[in-house]
Amino acid sequence: MTGYIIRRLLQFIPVLLVATLIVYAMVFLMPGDPIRALAGDRPMSEQVQAQLRDQYNLDDPFLVQYGKYMWGVFTQGDFGTTFQGRPVLDIIRQGLPITLTLAAVAFVFQAVIGTIAGILAAVYKDSFVDRFVQVSLVIVVALPTLAIAFLLQLTFGLNLGWFPIAGTREGFVSYILPGIVLAAVSTGIVARMLRSELIEALQSDYVRTATAKGMKRSRVVTRHGLRNSLIPVVTFLGADLATMLAGTVLVESVFNMQGLGGQVFRSIQAQENTIVVGIVILFVLFYVVVNLIVDLLYAVLDPRIRYD
Amino acid sequence: MTTTPPSTPPASGPGAFASSGPLLEVKDLHVEFRTKSGVAQAINGLNFSLEAGETLAILGESGSGKSVTAQTIMGILDMPPGHIAGGEIRYRGQDLLAMKPEQRRLLRGVNISMIFQDALSSLNPVLPVGWQIAEMFRVHQKMKRKAARERAIGLMKRVGIPAPEQRVGDYPHQFSGGMRQRIMIAMAIALEPDVLIADEPTTALDVTVQAQVMRLLKDLQTENNMGLILITHDLGVVADVADKIAVMYAGRVMEASDVYEIYAKPGHPYTKGLLESLPRLDSAETRLNAIPGLPPSLTDMPTGCPFSPRCPYATDLCRNELPELLPIVGQHTSACHYRDDIYHGRLQTPEEAQT
Repeated sequence: MTGYIIRRLLQFIPVLLVATLIVYAMVFLMPGDPIRALAGDRPMSEQVQAQLRDQYNLDDPFLVQYGKYMWGVFTQGDFGTTFQGRPVLDIIRQGLPITLTLAAVAFVFQAVIGTIAGILAAVYKDSFVDRFVQVSLVIVVALPTLAIAFLLQLTFGLNLGWFPIAGTREGFVSYILPGIVLAAVSTGIVARMLRSELIEALQSDYVRTATAKGMKRSRVVTRHGLRNSLIPVVTFLGADLATMLAGTVLVESVFNMQGLGGQVFRSIQAQENTIVVGIVILFVLFYVVVNLIVDLLYAVLDPRIRYD
Repeated sequence: MTTTPPSTPPASGPGAFASSGPLLEVKDLHVEFRTKSGVAQAINGLNFSLEAGETLAILGESGSGKSVTAQTIMGILDMPPGHIAGGEIRYRGQDLLAMKPEQRRLLRGVNISMIFQDALSSLNPVLPVGWQIAEMFRVHQKMKRKAARERAIGLMKRVGIPAPEQRVGDYPHQFSGGMRQRIMIAMAIALEPDVLIADEPTTALDVTVQAQVMRLLKDLQTENNMGLILITHDLGVVADVADKIAVMYAGRVMEASDVYEIYAKPGHPYTKGLLESLPRLDSAETRLNAIPGLPPSLTDMPTGCPFSPRCPYATDLCRNELPELLPIVGQHTSACHYRDDIYHGRLQTPEEAQT
């Protein structure tokens, strides 16, 4: 088991190198000059420009720039500074709680609502409940995330005034609408996945055995049917949680939240390579760790799976 | 002057049941499957009865309605598509089919219990076997976790699982086929049911293990004085353990008798055909005498005797009129127009008659 965990953590290194290299290259290849962009309309002397270029290694070849940056990250924990001189770690520290809260709200929403909808649809298969769940989920999955976001902002934010539609100043309620938007598609996938898994499980021999043992229907469904059906759902939820941080890029921009996702978006526009790559390293690390936890959880849920 | 009170044998199960008549009695049971391609008549007027301590073997080929019978008695038939079109199933005099679902659930696993054919798929793969056995005590007797676990270990020991204390937390896939079936049995007999239905309990097992598992079932039956319904297609298994046999074909009992009688003197051409199709060591013939043809389609039953299309003795009477299950001698009954002639070996096939 320990050997398995170590092997999995070692995989983190190549994944991280490839991911950061690609991101670094893409930002590097963007047209425009970040220093000129920084200066904006104000004049900036050639000397200052050259000094800044030197400070940020902007005149080095691409691979050298990348190498210097990664070296700093891994030997000194130095994620670099922005062109304004602010440490990237500072920005991460400020944005991380917002992004994590958003991801947590979305994750809880899709896990809870998706599971409940899936169970109802499976247990009352072909009934009105099932049809309602199915149709509403198809709509949610088919609509573009942006459309869902604007629809919710318009309805629950502006017309009904129940939830704020931008920023995070009002605390937890500010996270509800963006959380739902971030979770929408996955909620549909979880519900449909669980529905088909549970329908299959409820027709299985071991569920028939549980019924023959005189167990109540509710117990048969939750203790015997659901337990098996949850295995693929947990896998999906884990993989989805891992990629969810990427989803925050769009949602945080639409809802104007100062989290890491929105920060990535703005930094790409400003060609602030250090910020983009710094945050991406964090995302990749999160992805690898969450995936590892999911795989370990898999063995807990399904005793037939053993590592080593 | 005293009047004789109606005989009331002592009830051995929960006191709620007036013990009148047999332990379990199936009367004129009809079960259909309503599918898009038509109504399949799986069981067409099934009759049999079972006493405490008795073993009834229900013998039949695939599609004869054996398993549907078992599931209907247990109340675990999928409905729809299954539909009980008529009849009664009386347990200690009470009609199970007239009971409320909740009332019936409380009998399941407690008074009437069932063992399935494939123990690997019938045990929950993600729950420890001890948990699955203990669940019977925890749910039906509200027993505490620890006490229920102790009882589960005791049961595992009783059904012959070595080192049950160490294995109580293991999962089904960690056991061999024979051991899994023993666990299935432990679960089914946990609450000492009156009726145990075993649906092909040894079919999925190695021949060497089959005999051990049958022995165990037989011992447990004697210990608890259970009525055992043994569903099988294996004539060999039947001969060893059954007291009575009911031969099913196309959802009906074709012949019923005590076990020795039926082997010696079958009273139905179908039974006769089954016995003749058994491979014999003392026979010089190189080919098996299989019954020609296939069972009738359940959606398109022939008029008259369902076996008539395959029967070498069939006459116009057989093709037009359904024979009833009637006695030949004593408890030996047969659903054949020529039951007495078959029984006494007086009937000849048309080919035999010509030569």
